[in-house]
Amino acid sequence: MSFHPNDISRRARGAGAGLAVIFVALLAAFFRTQVLRNTQYALQSEENRLREVPLPAGRGIIYDRAGQIIAENVPGYSVSLLSPTADSLRASLSRLSGIVQLAPEQIEASVRRYRRAPNRPAVIFADAPFDVVSVLEEHRIDFPDLVIQSAPKRYYPDGQVVASFVGYVGEITEAELLRKEFEVYKAGQQIGKGGLEREYESKLRGQEGMRFVEVDARGRVVRDAGARADLAPKAPEPLYTNIDLDLQRYAASLFGDSIQGAVIAMEPRTGGVLALYSAPSYDPNRFIGGIPQEYWRQLNTDPRRPLYNKVIQGKYPPASTFKLATSAIALNRGIVGLDDHMPVSCTGGYQYGSRYFRCWEKKGHGNLSLARAIELSCDVYFYQLGLKIGLKNLLAGGISLGFDKRSGIDLPNEQRPTFPATAEYYDKRYGPRGWSNAVVLNLSIGQGENDQTVVNMAKFYSALATDGYAATPEIVRSNPERTRVLDLSPPQMAGLRVAMAGVVSGRGTAGSAVIQGVVLAGKTGTAQNAQNRNLDHAWFVGFAPAEEPKIVVAVFLEFGEHGYLAARIASKIVSRHLKAATTELIQTEG
Amino acid sequence: MSALNRRIVADYPLVVIALLLSLYGIAMVYSAGETDVRTVAAGVWKSQLVWLTLGVSVALIASRSSVRLLEWLTWPVYAGSLALLVVTLFFGSGAGTAASVKGWLTIGGIRLGQPAELAKVTVVLMLAKVLSANRNPPKSLLDLWRPALVVAAPWLLIMAQPDLGTGIAFIGIFFGMLFWSGVSPLLLILVASPAISLILAFSSWYWAAWFCLLIALVILYKPYITEGVSLVMANLGIGVMAPTLWESLAPYQQHRLLVFLNPSIDIRGAGWHVIQSQVAIGSGGFFGKGFTLGSQKRLAFLPAQHTDFIFAVLGEEMGFIGVTLALTLFLFLLLRTVKVAERANDSFSSMVAVGFATGWLVHILVNVGMTLNLMPITGIPLPFFSYGGSFMLASWLAVGIVLRISSEGRGGRPGTLGI
Repeated sequence: MSFHPNDISRRARGAGAGLAVIFVALLAAFFRTQVLRNTQYALQSEENRLREVPLPAGRGIIYDRAGQIIAENVPGYSVSLLSPTADSLRASLSRLSGIVQLAPEQIEASVRRYRRAPNRPAVIFADAPFDVVSVLEEHRIDFPDLVIQSAPKRYYPDGQVVASFVGYVGEITEAELLRKEFEVYKAGQQIGKGGLEREYESKLRGQEGMRFVEVDARGRVVRDAGARADLAPKAPEPLYTNIDLDLQRYAASLFGDSIQGAVIAMEPRTGGVLALYSAPSYDPNRFIGGIPQEYWRQLNTDPRRPLYNKVIQGKYPPASTFKLATSAIALNRGIVGLDDHMPVSCTGGYQYGSRYFRCWEKKGHGNLSLARAIELSCDVYFYQLGLKIGLKNLLAGGISLGFDKRSGIDLPNEQRPTFPATAEYYDKRYGPRGWSNAVVLNLSIGQGENDQTVVNMAKFYSALATDGYAATPEIVRSNPERTRVLDLSPPQMAGLRVAMAGVVSGRGTAGSAVIQGVVLAGKTGTAQNAQNRNLDHAWFVGFAPAEEPKIVVAVFLEFGEHGYLAARIASKIVSRHLKAATTELIQTEG
Repeated sequence: MSALNRRIVADYPLVVIALLLSLYGIAMVYSAGETDVRTVAAGVWKSQLVWLTLGVSVALIASRSSVRLLEWLTWPVYAGSLALLVVTLFFGSGAGTAASVKGWLTIGGIRLGQPAELAKVTVVLMLAKVLSANRNPPKSLLDLWRPALVVAAPWLLIMAQPDLGTGIAFIGIFFGMLFWSGVSPLLLILVASPAISLILAFSSWYWAAWFCLLIALVILYKPYITEGVSLVMANLGIGVMAPTLWESLAPYQQHRLLVFLNPSIDIRGAGWHVIQSQVAIGSGGFFGKGFTLGSQKRLAFLPAQHTDFIFAVLGEEMGFIGVTLALTLFLFLLLRTVKVAERANDSFSSMVAVGFATGWLVHILVNVGMTLNLMPITGIPLPFFSYGGSFMLASWLAVGIVLRISSEGRGGRPGTLGI
């Protein structure tokens, strides 16, 4: 080598400069990583370190109008597993199945939940029974990744009494998870499945809390708590309803175990629903934490269809309860007055063309005024009235009274009633020559192409009970919504109410439903049953007190045969409500 | 100067720097063992402390031995280390993350050490001897055959293990010492040109640009015609052959190189190490997460955290401040060693000092660069930091020799960090 001092020091200077450049470059690289990109890497490091364990929040409490609890949360336990991979989850689950009973379906369900949200603990038991929890707690040490935590569980103190309107909750399904409206939901979370729980899901849903556990590189839990401060779950504001739980219980008790049907009671001026019950009902508490298969099969095979809400989903011919609509349309058009008679007296039937239309009273009613015809529900009178109105006007009138629209009650899955908008409906259905004007006769007594929900009939009667404004039924208190449907003069309105009061009196069709000291006004109905000609459906829709209505009740009894049976139930509900209301009044004064 | 004086005239800055680095290193090895999940790194700091003590003793002995003795010993130790490498090929075993690398001399199941670490020292000595033999530095490619042979013999044995990282270290040492011996940098570039061709061959455009530059360099340097032509032909050949060469690599080797270029293509596999290392260092921030408190390390996200990735632990826990401190100490160590080489009494000593400095530099660059994905993962240790006895001993042996050279050298006075 050339070892001259000058050469050496030149190379030393070169080496020094080179080293300086190299180290400055290295430091710059570290500066970029550690200082400039610190935020990004710090976040990544936290993500590495922490696994989120969701803390389920309770759902909003649902109260009745007096502050009684309809739906609340009670302590429950959920069991889940934190796993780094689906395979390790499967392995842990099969080890677990040696300790607690785990069906293969449960294992598959857990693995599916894991696949949907791999960063969350996969739920094994959404609502673990206490014995399972205690067994698992004993084996805690063998399963460090097991997450056992309290999970508030929905409870309905009145069980099947309130199921018809409150619905139930359950785990969100995979189909639901794919929907846009539920995009913030995660697999394993609870969601309202029916009734108020579904309708007010966004209000009832609590804000999930978060606990952080520390895991190592293989995803095993290293530290359970204190890794980062927990985020407490937040329960939402309670939901206040118009329901009168005492009345609801009473209404349910009237149906007992044997009667199937539906009832809705509401305040005519606000539409506030006091009670809503579909019989038979089901126990929503048994649905929490997974519906037992046996129970589910039983509910689905029961011919009385407990899961089918007969208040808002069942559609039935309104029968004679519709005669008030026919009357109102005629009065509105000035075709008749309340005291006007029809040309043909009732002799038990009416000949129209080649067909003979029967009155329900074979003996005949004789010559009646409109008011009397309502009291006695004379079919012959209304056949003629319908003919006078004419098909076109009858259909138009029905539409303006809202018989083709849903009531708008705040419950999901309300069925839309069937009511033809125009005569073209018949053309389409039967062909232009396939039907005759005789359909008017059927329509005018609430039969024919007219199927109404119980709730929609109650809505119509709320207009009769007040000044012609129909109130949209409302379970949860918000803003009462009323639309004018009846354009009648006050005397006409009063006249109709007197006639309806006559129904529930010694003179009328529901004389057995008289309440001492209260005038109940309403209309019975006996609907022909398409399934079974011998077992008619029974209707009663009415309100009380007739002079100053405080409650509208619609009662429908499947295969109830006689309208007065429905009227008796309605009458009991009304008297219970009005007595309670009177007592309340005295209390406030005292 | 009397022998007594010579003992006192130690190069204190060098000693202090090397000790500081070693203590810093042991602290980090200790921290690497402090995890939430028990790892092999637990408690190894104690043995590292023993190795340090041994290393310092070796340095002490080396600093008491004359450079002439060392020069006299060069041939036997070089031959001995080659022999050990050959034996290792047959009796070698792998360890840790580099389990497939048969780098450990193992007899009767007992791992005696890594001969490659010893070879690093002996190759430096041998190269120094060869390069200092002539007054004039090699001027042509042909002149380079002797030093090339000195490196090639152990290099081939090490690549057969196969230990790519140590192989890189040898090449670094080779080029560093050639530079110090006065070989023109232009010639060095020409020597390296086939390798550069190989690297740039992945893109025809880069390679074409490089090829034009090479022609210019050849014209500028004016080597012998045959040499110039063969250089150009070699580059051309490699450029053309590169795709075939790539095909001939085992899939896992190709994968490793691809992951180096883009770790995110294999987050769970080969890219995992380097991504976790970057996350650890990056999350350390300016001041670090605190000694022993790095969560990436505690939860075993870092691979080989007490050996190859010790610097990631340092980056995570000590932050940019700690990184700066470590790198500054390393820079001082290298500058001081270069200073020693500059003032050395004879060319052999000078070459030896520079050889050690280059060896350290390559290790630092490759290891630290690896933790930031600036270099491919090659399992090369960080001097004074990575846990491991052989390398600790080798490093301190080098320190001892440099100390001796320093005290024999001109102006070898105790002094300031006069660098």
